[in-house]
Amino acid sequence: MQAWVLSGLGFSWPTALIDSAVSNILLAAACVLVSNTLQYYLPQQERYWYILVLSLALSGGWLLGIKYLLPLLIADNGDYYAFLSRSWYVRFGVALLLVGCMAMISVLWYTFEEQKASARRKADAEKLRKDAELYKLRQQLQPHFLFNSLNSINALIGARPQEARKMVQQLSDFLRGTLKREEHQWIELQEELEYLQLYLDIEKVRFGNRLSTVFETEPASLPFKIPAMLLQPLVENAIKFGLYDTVGDTVIRIASTVKDGLLELTVENPYDAETSQPGKGTGFGLNSIQRRLFLLFSRQDLLTVQATGNVFTTTVKIPQQ
Amino acid sequence: MKKIIIIDDEALARSMVTEYLQGYPGLQVVQECSDGFEGVKAIMQHQPDLIFLDIQMPKINGFEMLELIEQRPAVIFTTAFDEYAIKAFETHAVDYLLKPFSKERFDKALRKWMDQREAPSAEPTRELLEAASLTPAQSQRIVVKNGPKIKIIPVNDVQYLEAADDYVKIHTNDGYFLKNKTMSHFEQALDAQQFVRSHRSYIVNVQQITRIDPYEKDAHIAILRTGARVPVSKTGYVKLRQALGL
Repeated sequence: MQAWVLSGLGFSWPTALIDSAVSNILLAAACVLVSNTLQYYLPQQERYWYILVLSLALSGGWLLGIKYLLPLLIADNGDYYAFLSRSWYVRFGVALLLVGCMAMISVLWYTFEEQKASARRKADAEKLRKDAELYKLRQQLQPHFLFNSLNSINALIGARPQEARKMVQQLSDFLRGTLKREEHQWIELQEELEYLQLYLDIEKVRFGNRLSTVFETEPASLPFKIPAMLLQPLVENAIKFGLYDTVGDTVIRIASTVKDGLLELTVENPYDAETSQPGKGTGFGLNSIQRRLFLLFSRQDLLTVQATGNVFTTTVKIPQQ
Repeated sequence: MKKIIIIDDEALARSMVTEYLQGYPGLQVVQECSDGFEGVKAIMQHQPDLIFLDIQMPKINGFEMLELIEQRPAVIFTTAFDEYAIKAFETHAVDYLLKPFSKERFDKALRKWMDQREAPSAEPTRELLEAASLTPAQSQRIVVKNGPKIKIIPVNDVQYLEAADDYVKIHTNDGYFLKNKTMSHFEQALDAQQFVRSHRSYIVNVQQITRIDPYEKDAHIAILRTGARVPVSKTGYVKLRQALGL
């Protein structure tokens, strides 16, 4: 169209075509440049002066470009150079308008795209969070423990209803304690031990004489605080391996002392040295406890395990906050 | 009179089954067992018609116990929560009861057993065992019967496995043990990173290999720490190199 206008103004066709081709190709390049720049750098809201400056700069650059290119490509026939110098303002105006429009469209388009992407990211993050929460809940409820306990209650109801009632009470108290506890909470050892006792009472109903526990708690250690949901999984682990790794009676020893200002908890359970391989890492499913201790204190040395004879000992040191 | 054995490590769980069985005068509980070892002994002694079997039990689990019995009785599993087991059951179970179960559900399982007894088939139990043997515990250890004794072999103690007719010879530091299984069963159940089928008749523990020597054309031979020599076929050599990261 530019060529048609130019030839209408009395310039020869080759002159008109070269002029319009060069200016339009350069203008298209400027538009691509602005669009690309904005793809990687979207201005913050209310900083639209950036777009204006960018458009001005690009249009200016474009103008300089054709100012040097056109005289090189087109031989002067007198009128043409005069026409060129007269048309700079018009050309600059048109270029600014086009580049400016391109910039606005790009900003709108990329903002829209970014919003879509961030909405998607948000939905993904939300889903992950929900999955993690569900997983945690499921872990807290310990389905295996819960269903086996309910089965024991079911059996007691017929034969010994009084005991069934007592066990329902204990199980309720234990579950209430589980729901009340948050992972980041710190609780006095004394209170955690009472909660642990509920758990042990239920397990003793399930396993009868096979399971017994010995507590050796130093009175000075009782007011010390420990992170919630730490002691019970530790003991649960000991019971699980004590009961499932040996066929005889299982004695679980739980001790607490204070050493160098640190609270030291020790849990002992019997195990079979021949068939188990506690040498592999911390083994015995203690990895999640190790991980929690690391997250809390950034230390890898707080959980230690030791196997002597047929006794497996787990020791946890807890720094005080 | 039909003979029944209940195997569960929780006394109350056993008493629940006994109580539900009271309405069946034709069925008699001949023994209650609290672990798999007792279970094996009791089953050999009494040859029961039906057993109620828990899965998570001390030392060896319910599946491992069943593997040790040659004349398998009908089995009704009783379990609290076992994702793997449930998956196995879905396709092959005679029946399984999820604890705590009701009298109605219990009766239904027994009816199913009685119906199946009229048209007996040993297939389901065998298939169930195949499927269940892919549970995590079974990739960590192998349970075998050694005369009257039951031996639990941690997989790290296994040097190599060798096919021997209907059995598989499991070579360990304490000599070899036989198990009535196929090579492909072990190939599936054991960790493929550690146990490689080096030959049609051999599966080798790669951690035991000290070196691999050429042997005749296309074939190799793996020398283990103990000095044992395990044949390696052409395809086995490729798999071994992969597992060893060569």
